[in-house]
Amino acid sequence: MSTLEFSAIVGAASFCAGFLGSLTGLGGGFIVTPVLTLVFKADIRYAIGASIIAIIATSSGAAAAYVREGFTNLRVGVLLEIATVIGAMVGASLTTVLPTHVIAVIFGLVLLQSAYLITRPRAERLDAEQPPNRLAARFRLDSSYPTPEGERAYRVRNVPGGFGLMGLAGVLSGLLGLGSGAVKVLAMDQVMRMPFKVSTATSNFMIGVTAAASAGVYIRHGYVDPALAMPVMLGVLGGSMVGRGCCSRRRRRGCGCCSPWWWRGSPSR
Amino acid sequence: MHLRLPRVTDAQVQRAVGNLLRGGVLTAAAVVLAGGLLFLARHGVERPDYHAFRGEPLDLRGLRGTLADVAALRGRGIVQLGLLLLIATPVARVALTAVAFAFERDRTYLLVALLVLALLCKSLTG
Repeated sequence: MSTLEFSAIVGAASFCAGFLGSLTGLGGGFIVTPVLTLVFKADIRYAIGASIIAIIATSSGAAAAYVREGFTNLRVGVLLEIATVIGAMVGASLTTVLPTHVIAVIFGLVLLQSAYLITRPRAERLDAEQPPNRLAARFRLDSSYPTPEGERAYRVRNVPGGFGLMGLAGVLSGLLGLGSGAVKVLAMDQVMRMPFKVSTATSNFMIGVTAAASAGVYIRHGYVDPALAMPVMLGVLGGSMVGRGCCSRRRRRGCGCCSPWWWRGSPSR
Repeated sequence: MHLRLPRVTDAQVQRAVGNLLRGGVLTAAAVVLAGGLLFLARHGVERPDYHAFRGEPLDLRGLRGTLADVAALRGRGIVQLGLLLLIATPVARVALTAVAFAFERDRTYLLVALLVLALLCKSLTG
């Protein structure tokens, strides 16, 4: 096939990836790379180069809406970005030396793990009355989020644990060209005991920065091909914008499509 | 004498960040689209091969080479510039956050944000 046909088909596939990614919250990274490697037979390095571009595009677009809603904990995000950025640089450097079949196997394992993480039930936590955590107080991480009844305060705990897990999220992002949103949410929701909506909003806030750190390493090593990344980026952007627009409109009419049965506690978009 | 900086509200910061992200992504997408159309117009009939990994040519691996390609009106160079603009968008967001912390006289988090910025620059320049 010609480059024009190739770009059109890749663009259409990316559109679907962006659409599904924005509806399920699983992220485009898990769809783009397998599609490019398995269907289009691209080398996995070109695939993760294109995938990381798609992730920056969709997460930055979504983050604009998240930030406005007021759930994002800016301080937690910025502080933990130290961990994710260092992790991403380590992971991306690793990926330049690992054999491609090892990368593919790790990718498969992480995909399974993330799918499992998303289906776990989460408990509603009402522990704002607990005493403040020392590190959280030192870094002023405790905050509040908007509810219909007004601002609800929450506390942040286990900062070192969250920091470590964020470092892992960064390594996975750099290694596999993912956003690692699921691991980030895990770190904040389960380890740092933050409210789920705050965790998803803050995770989304951090994904773009993490991916940018990975992308820098990829570009320097020649993984990012403009002719391949172009239809992927534009397709995924289009799909995610349509997905978000469709989702918010339908939710007002009360349809269940944005809370599929396997996704309990879908983040508000 | 302290410099009197205007007080910034959370809502203002949120709005600024949102606008920056949206503007950055759309600008990058426009550049990528323009470069893509130019590239397809010239190279649309060629056969693509991503099966074998050869790595990108040196000019597409950095800013200087990319800008040279843009000046030469090469489609791939323009697309790559768009991709670099896209990567710069979250970096700019971190810089904006640092500025917001500076306005809030938050020295700790100003340093944190600057550290993140320094790390990002290190990853982009090697």
